[in-house]
Amino acid sequence: MDKFIIDNMNLYYGSFHALKNVNLNMPKNKITAFIGPSGCGKSTLLKSLNRMNDLVEGCKITGDIKLDGTDIYSDMDVNVLRKKVGMVFQKANPFPMSVYDNIAFGPRTHGIKKKSELDRIVEESLRDAAIWDELKDRLKKSALGLSGGQQQRLCIARALAVKPEVLLMDEATSALDPISTGKIEELCLKLKDDYTIIMVTHNMQQALRISDNTAFFLLGEMVEYNSTDAVFSSPKDKRTEEYITGRFG
Amino acid sequence: MADKNNAALIDDIKPINKVTFKQRMLSYKRKPLSFVMLLLVALAALISAAALVFIIVYVLVRGIPNLTPELFALTYNSDNVSCMPSIINTVVLTLLTLVIAVPFGIGAAIYLAEYAKKGNKLVKLIRTMAETLAGIPSIVYGLFGMLFFVYALGWGYSLLAGAFTLAIMVLPTIMRTTEEALLTVPDSYREGSFGLGAGKLRTIIRIILPSAMPGILAGIILSVGRIVGETAALIYTYGSATGYATGFLNSGRSLAVHMYVLTNEGLHTDQAWGTAVVLLVLVFAINTLSAFIAKKLGTKKG
Amino acid sequence: MQGVFFLTALASIAAVAVICIFLFINGIPAMAEIGVFDFIGGQKWAPSNVPASYGIFNMIVASVYVTAGAIVIGVPIGILTAVYLARFCPKPLYKVLKPATELLAGIPSIVYGFFGLMVIVPFIRDNFGGNGSSWLAASIVLGIMILPTIIGVSESALRAVPESYYEGALALGATKERSVFKTILPASKSGVLAAVVLGIGRALGETMAVVLIAGNQVQIPSRLTDGLRTLTANIVMEMGYSTGLHRQALIATGVVLFIFILLITISMQAIKSRSEKHG
Repeated sequence: MDKFIIDNMNLYYGSFHALKNVNLNMPKNKITAFIGPSGCGKSTLLKSLNRMNDLVEGCKITGDIKLDGTDIYSDMDVNVLRKKVGMVFQKANPFPMSVYDNIAFGPRTHGIKKKSELDRIVEESLRDAAIWDELKDRLKKSALGLSGGQQQRLCIARALAVKPEVLLMDEATSALDPISTGKIEELCLKLKDDYTIIMVTHNMQQALRISDNTAFFLLGEMVEYNSTDAVFSSPKDKRTEEYITGRFG
Repeated sequence: MADKNNAALIDDIKPINKVTFKQRMLSYKRKPLSFVMLLLVALAALISAAALVFIIVYVLVRGIPNLTPELFALTYNSDNVSCMPSIINTVVLTLLTLVIAVPFGIGAAIYLAEYAKKGNKLVKLIRTMAETLAGIPSIVYGLFGMLFFVYALGWGYSLLAGAFTLAIMVLPTIMRTTEEALLTVPDSYREGSFGLGAGKLRTIIRIILPSAMPGILAGIILSVGRIVGETAALIYTYGSATGYATGFLNSGRSLAVHMYVLTNEGLHTDQAWGTAVVLLVLVFAINTLSAFIAKKLGTKKG
Repeated sequence: MQGVFFLTALASIAAVAVICIFLFINGIPAMAEIGVFDFIGGQKWAPSNVPASYGIFNMIVASVYVTAGAIVIGVPIGILTAVYLARFCPKPLYKVLKPATELLAGIPSIVYGFFGLMVIVPFIRDNFGGNGSSWLAASIVLGIMILPTIIGVSESALRAVPESYYEGALALGATKERSVFKTILPASKSGVLAAVVLGIGRALGETMAVVLIAGNQVQIPSRLTDGLRTLTANIVMEMGYSTGLHRQALIATGVVLFIFILLITISMQAIKSRSEKHG
């Protein structure tokens, strides 16, 4: 079953045509990876899925993007959309507050005030993000004191705390060391039982290791989209082949 | 050509990501508190702007009809309460204050920006002291000026005492703006000049100061605005004699002090409104000039 | 030449030193003669009585009251305006609004005072009773006068907050308003605090506007419409004709004000170094 359906989508930054005629169906409870060289539009596409592109001045989108059959641009409140479609950013961005308040921020935003309920959500989210054991004794400490890898997993926990259906990961491991990266990849594999994950990655090995489907982008065009195995073992397009064999990018 | 057509096409696109007013209102309906916050910030901005507009319009409406020729008569008497002598006195006072303060302000800024080593204890002290000076209220400057220049040095209420007092007062402004201007000069200019074998001093005078000039000028003009608007620091240093201060040791009143005396006496309210207009227009013209020059610097940099 | 620049740089140190020395050597003896406790704690200021009384307690309280009033009015409006300018203002409007708030800083105190005397004082007299020259009048005018300081400093503090906090909150489904008020504003709190402290310094030291509209009675006001006399007003009103111990007592009043301002400057520095440490 398809969670996200992108239909004939175009995106412009001013007069720059950043995404050209993208058609893409992303299945539920799978990990979809977007790969391609810098500037190919993969992050831009990702940010269109939770409307973070709305913040960019002069950004124009045409076409249709549907989440579970609902048009996310015309028929859904943007704040509801972002609650359903969580995002983890390239650079970990914990708020300058305690670990606890970071996780509780989302639930509080959506009206949960009861202390016991928040306590439960905080613990559950941190457990889901496999960081509870490391942080349970420092819930009241500032999140800015954590290591980079911990901060990023905290941000994943923060995103999980609002019970999203989809998790967008924008090169979420690119600033991390291999051990932290490994932990997050493991986490993704575990999370896909409950969530649909869409990730942008620079790292082809990562796409190969954890994603079910892979879309390859080049100069704003989606060149190829198939199961990850197919894309990497028998790419149909010559440009895909050149990219995955490391001839450019 | 193709690009132009392309751009025109893009302008015609009806994007799906445009948030309509209706969508926004529906969103606020779900979160009424957010709507309240939006209204609050807009209201606050409105109040701030309204305060300014109200003051200015009120002063202009009451003051402009009182801008009579007598108000600008060459000699002051207690009937015409002409502000002409005080305008001239203000100009002279401003010039003398700048003559004293600018060399110190620029010199200090050059030392801080070009010579001083970072983290030096003394440099830190200099900065702290400049900040302290910036925080001292005018009336305390006035008290000090009176104690030191008027009495200890025996200058009496005089142009010199007023100018020295104000010079200390505007020193931190000139120092800070000049230093900021010097720091915006790219290091490549310095390296280029050193590369040609120029010495440090020559580089500063020939290369760095000229490129930082708009910023320095903006700071100086800002100080002029402060001098022109100043009252409390002048009453007991420059005094409030009504004529032209023709010598360094003569007392005179600046325009702002003149306005204070008029207000305090309460006998010439109409003329006080007129004087308020003159003062406002002067100060605004000066501030606008400063902002304009600073902006020119900004665009040049960008 | 470096030496010459160095010497000019020492000017600010010298200036602060000379200001301190002259104020203190002229003010301390009066305090000693009057008695520090009688001077600071005394409620009676009657220089022409025999024997004269020089107690400035009521004026210290008045200065605090007037400053508090200005803060109550100026801080909420100032911070909210800064939030509007930094996060909500459409660009074309910003180009007008921003210079307008800066223009507010350019209006000379004497014009504020005159405006207060002619417009706000009669308004209070007609609508709230009393003779108009009052704690309330001074608070309103000072509240407006500190706006540009609060707005300017708060706005730059708000703009210095990393955009990633804002985006992080939005991505969790928070509204723009919630994202601004729950992440950006708290993250800029030391800058906003600095703005408030600067505003306090400005209000406490303001003279010309206050002396014209505060009524200048030496008393602790019990209502907002009562008059009061601040430390600054006391100095500027009586310095012109004072002699002997009276004049020294006025200088000592200046010393007390100066110490207040120094405390504020020191707390400013503390806030600054703390926020620098926390990045």
